[in-house]
Formats: sequence, structure tokens, C-alpha cells
Amino acid sequence: MNNIIENYKEHFDRLQSSPTSNAMSVLAAVRQNAFNAFSKMGIPTARHEEWKYTRIGSLFNAELQFPANLLPSIEAELEAIRLPGYEQANELVFVNGYFNSSLSRIRSAELITLTMEEAAAGEYKDFVLRYLGDSSRYLKDGINALNTAFTQGGVFLHVKKGQAIEHPVYIYNITDARTAAILAQPRSLVHIGENAQVQLVETYSTIGIADSFTNQVMEVVMEKDSLVEYYKIQNDASHASLVSTTHFLQTGKSYLHTVTISLNGAIVRNNLNVILEAEHCEAHLYGLYFQGGKSHIDNHTIVDNVKPNCFSNELYKGILNNEASGVFNGKIFVRPQAQKTNAYQSNKNVLLSDAASVNTKPQLEIFADDVKCSHGCTVGQLDEEALFYLRSRGISEKIARFLMIRAFAADILEHIKPAPIHAYVEQLISERLEFHIL
Amino acid sequence: MLTIKNLQAGIEGKRILNGINLDIKAGEVHAIMGPNGSGKSTLASVLAGRQDYEVTGGSVEFLGKDLLELSPEERACEGLFLAFQYPVEIPGLSTTNFIKTAVNEIRKYHGEKPLDAVGFLRLMKEKMALMNIDQSLLSRPLNEGFSGGEKKRNEIFQMAMLQPRLAILDETDSGLDIDAIRIVANGVNKIHSKENAVLVVTHYQRLLDYIVPDFVHVLYNGRIVKSGTKELALELEEKGYDFIKNEIDVTEQVG
Ligand SMILES: Nc1ncnc2c1ncn2[C@@H]1O[C@H](COP(=O)(O)OP(=O)(O)O)[C@@H](O)[C@H]1O
Ligand SMILES: [Mg+2]
Repeated sequence: MNNIIENYKEHFDRLQSSPTSNAMSVLAAVRQNAFNAFSKMGIPTARHEEWKYTRIGSLFNAELQFPANLLPSIEAELEAIRLPGYEQANELVFVNGYFNSSLSRIRSAELITLTMEEAAAGEYKDFVLRYLGDSSRYLKDGINALNTAFTQGGVFLHVKKGQAIEHPVYIYNITDARTAAILAQPRSLVHIGENAQVQLVETYSTIGIADSFTNQVMEVVMEKDSLVEYYKIQNDASHASLVSTTHFLQTGKSYLHTVTISLNGAIVRNNLNVILEAEHCEAHLYGLYFQGGKSHIDNHTIVDNVKPNCFSNELYKGILNNEASGVFNGKIFVRPQAQKTNAYQSNKNVLLSDAASVNTKPQLEIFADDVKCSHGCTVGQLDEEALFYLRSRGISEKIARFLMIRAFAADILEHIKPAPIHAYVEQLISERLEFHIL
Repeated sequence: MLTIKNLQAGIEGKRILNGINLDIKAGEVHAIMGPNGSGKSTLASVLAGRQDYEVTGGSVEFLGKDLLELSPEERACEGLFLAFQYPVEIPGLSTTNFIKTAVNEIRKYHGEKPLDAVGFLRLMKEKMALMNIDQSLLSRPLNEGFSGGEKKRNEIFQMAMLQPRLAILDETDSGLDIDAIRIVANGVNKIHSKENAVLVVTHYQRLLDYIVPDFVHVLYNGRIVKSGTKELALELEEKGYDFIKNEIDVTEQVG
């Protein structure tokens, strides 16, 4: 552990003393605080309450390289990674954690796209100072601090007041592990102005056969009357690990809709924070994980009701095959002031094999009395009675399982609104089904 | 068509069927009646291939094949259909999509090409008219939130779509009012022909006013204790099952 901290200190000192760094004192200060925190906390172990079932320490035993901000040639690979509908979409490309403007295509003029360094030095300085690192109020661990400590080459997005971005924003997080095992740490800060609207879609792709570890943080600040749809689609290689943190701060009455789809990876940990800091906010959190092999998928969600009269609905569903393991931890906080909160949560799991497992834990901390909250979780197998019903109609066992898993996933998938992305995920699920249901 | 010889079956070591003998020929309608718990659903389930039940003896031949050797889906493809006493709800699976899959799986089994969208729609429309069933029901998830009557009608609609050789109706009348019973029975009668047979499992005689059986069998304690024509059903209705029970229990004591 100390080795890691010492090793990373060298990288950190180099970053802080680099000529580009000194000029951006805002970022340098944020980084310094975060590195101090990282040095104290280190990489979270199983002793950390929030990391009991997800062990990422061993990932750091491998020689993970801090990649330099050099542009590897990935044009051809990018073509294969592009999501359907890209011809119309805005595309943001991160390579090894660095935002790459030459590969990115911004089609909507209303979408302000800056590097974090530019944003921190210019007119958005105060905003960056105020909100960059806001997620650390909730995620008190070394892995979140590590990303912030190495904030460089990130991106700042701003959707201006009253603007609705017509085309979705596709964000590709690409890790080039062709020559070495890579630690990539993409960072972004997004400001959705008053009465603005945007659809965000993120994917993760590792190129090459070496291990990759992506430690990503995105923080999104939503103003009054704004609307955000956020889709996270994870179908990376089996040797690719990921900690993906997405932090939404709803500072005015606003509407958030998120769908998290996890289909493959080595160790995948998603932190989804939704902070309802204004009255009458609404948030919908949907998730589907369908994994096999020895993969591990962990969804940690937080819905924090700070102000009264907010509504949140959360439904996560999981299908685990082979030796795959899953974790669901859903926290709902209702602060003393947050009367008339409506908060619902449900997690349902189907285990397709005896060796698959899931740990599911709702965690409600309610400090107001006039609230409606519910939670529930289930773990089971595919319903034998239903399988028999389908088979009794001439449907083979394989197809019957196929239909039942699709049916189970249906009420998550229906919430993916952009048509090309919906079709794309349906296709990925079909491929997964072909793969898992022999 | 179906020949059951000395069929014995049970679950978790418990004997439920104690030697059933039954012979059904193409074109015939048979009714099995009996008090609750006598083993009617067990018989239907064993014939359809439910794996929870263990067959401990006897044989079943269906259209020249050893039925007990076949998987549930093979039995269906060979022409056996069970209308469930308790149809299963599957949220997220559209009824139409389910039926289309079933129709095409059975076609595949017989080496036929799948029906295309147009062909399937035509078949659906024809059977919907026949069964007096509404499109809106079929576009909903399978049986989810269906009333008891809608579920049973959906069972009979599936039967019409799959065109089985032998249809077993397990208490298709239970929980239905008289109008619903008439609709269901009508559907069954419309697709009944010389080529196929129907086995009606019921607790009450009233369904048999509409689906008139050629033979009536009384099941009691896992055995067919009495067989006759449709008059037997009327006698049961009049005297209740106790008269059979007394008769049997007396003979068993004597024997
Ligand atoms: N899955 C089961 N597990 C245990 N006992 C069963 C099961 N299914 C049926 N039985 C028993 O077998 C007997 C016959 O049941 P069933 O075939 O449902 O009768 P019927 O349909 O004539 O009412 C009953 O005593 C019932 O309790
Ligand atoms: Mg029964």
C-alpha cells in the first residue's frame, strides 16, 4: 500500500510541477487536497464499509502505467466503437483518460466544450472551484481522491440556459492497452443551465489485450427546470476493470433519468449519486446487469433528499451466470428538512447458476417523519413454473430461458429512450443471451 | 391416439396416481371428474411432462410414441396441449410474441418454415374471430393482470393457434361465470374434429352441458373408479361425490 502511495507521489509531484500546471492554480489546489486525502486513505480494502464485497486492491499489484497524454493512433478502432446514431450525435472521445478534441465531434453549437484546464482558468473558474470534487462529500475513499488528485486533460461541458441539445452526446471512454496495462482516469464536469436539456450516453472500451483499469468521475450540476437523460453502457473486455462515478447535483427543481447497463468487464463498480438539493426534484434510476464468467458488478447508489417534496424511483435488475458476482447497495437519505419525500427502491436478481452470487443491501436513513419510502430486494432463479408453461407450448428450453430473461429485462430496457441506443442495447443483450444460454 | 396403462406417479415420495388406465381415440371427447385432491391435475401435469412429478410405473403411448420419453416441448410439438388450471403470468413477455414463438417452434419441429409476419397475422385474425378474443388482450404481457376469465380464454386461444391433436383442459371452467363458460366451450367445440380429441378435466358437471363428452370417468384416490357416458356426469351432479366414495370405500373394505 505504501508503495503505491510513494509511487503515485512521484507522478503527482511531476504533474504539479509541470509548466502547464502552475498557471492553473485552481486545479493545482484541488489536486493537492485530493492527493493529501488519497495519501491518508489509500486504495480502499475490504475493511472499508463501502468496499466490503468489491476488492480492487489487487488491480494495483499489476504494473499499471500512468499514460502520458500522447495520441495513440486509434482512428480505426474508434470506427468500431462508435455507437449507432453517431452521424447525428455529438461525440466526445477520451483516450487513456484524456479528452481528445481532435477525435471528438461537437455538432451542437449550444454545447460548450472546454478542457478542464481552460474552464478553470477562464470564465468558469468560480464554477469549477465550487463544484469540481463535489462527489467527495459522499465518496470518502482513496479511489475517488485518486482521480481528483490526477485531474488533468478532463473536460468541462456547459449547456447554456434555455438550450435543448437536439442531438445526444456520446462519450467514449477508450483505454489503449495494446502495449501496457493502463490506469486511465477520465474526469468531467458538466453544467446544465436553467431550463436546458441534454441526453448523455457513455461507453467504455479497452483496446488491446493488456489489463486496463479505468477510474472515472463525472460530476453534473443541474439548474432549475433542467432535464437530463443519462445512459451508461458497459460492455468492455473481460480484462478491463472500471470504477465509474457519476454524481448528479440537482440544485434547482429538475428532472433526471438514468439507465445503467452492465454486460461485461472484470471488476466493475458504479457509484451513482443523486443529490436532491431543491424542492420538487424528480429522479429515476434504472439499472440492468447481466454478466457471466468470473466478472464482478457492483452498483452503489445514493439518493440524498436534502429538500422537501422530491420524488425518486429506483429499479435495478440483475442476471448473473457462471461464477459472476453482483453487489447492489442502495442508500436513500431523507434529511430532517425533507418532508413529503417520495422515495422508492427495488432490486431484483436472477441467478442462472449455483456458483453465481449477489449481495444486495438497501440502506435507508430517514430523519423526517412525513415521507413515503419503500424498498425491496429479491434473489431467485428463473421461475420453473413459467419455464414449464412456455415449454408446454412447444418452445424449447433454451428459447424459453431466452424469452424469460428478456422479459425480466424488459422493464429496464424500455427506459432507454433514444431509439438507436435502445436498439443497440437490445442487440447486445441478444448477443449476451446467445453466449450465456447454451 | 392416447393409451394410458397402469400409470403410477407421485411427488416427493407421495403416491398420487395409483394405476390409471385410459384409452382415447381420435374424434372423442372424454371427461375426467372427481373430488378435489383426487389427482386430476396430477394426471394432466404428468401427461404434459411437468418434471416435479415422478412416474413410478405404467406407460403412456401417444400417436404411436412413448410419451413419457419426450420433453414437454416435444410433447407439445407432437400435438399435446394442456390448458392450465392456473396459467402463469410472465410480465415483460408480450402474449403475441409468445404465441408466435410457439407456433414457429412447432413448425420448425415438423421441418416447416416459420410463418412470416403476414402469415402469422392472418392466422391470428382467423382464430381471434373464432375465439371472440380481443387484440388488446394479446398485445399485453402474457396473462399479467388478466382476469380469471381472460386467462382461460387465452388458454383456449393458444389451443386454437397451435391446433393440437389432443387437448387437455384442466378445470378450464373453474372461476368462470356461465357466459364465460359458454364462450370457452364454444371455442373448444369449433376446433374439435374427427382428427383430434379432447380430455376435459372438471370438478363440476356444468361445463359438460356445453362440451358434450362421449365418455365420463370418475377419478378417486388416483384411480379411475367408474366410467360411463355423459349420464354418469348427471348422476354425479345429482348425488354428489359421496355416493362414489361410499361405493368405493365399501368395496375396498370388503375386498
Ligand atoms: N406439487 C405437489 N406437492 C405435494 N403434493 C401435491 C402436489 N401436487 C399435488 N399434490 C397432492 O396430490 C393430490 C392430488 O392433487 P391434484 O392432482 O391437484 O388433485 P385435483 O386436481 O384432482 O384436485 C392432492 O392430495 C395434492 O395435495
Ligand atoms: Mg386440479
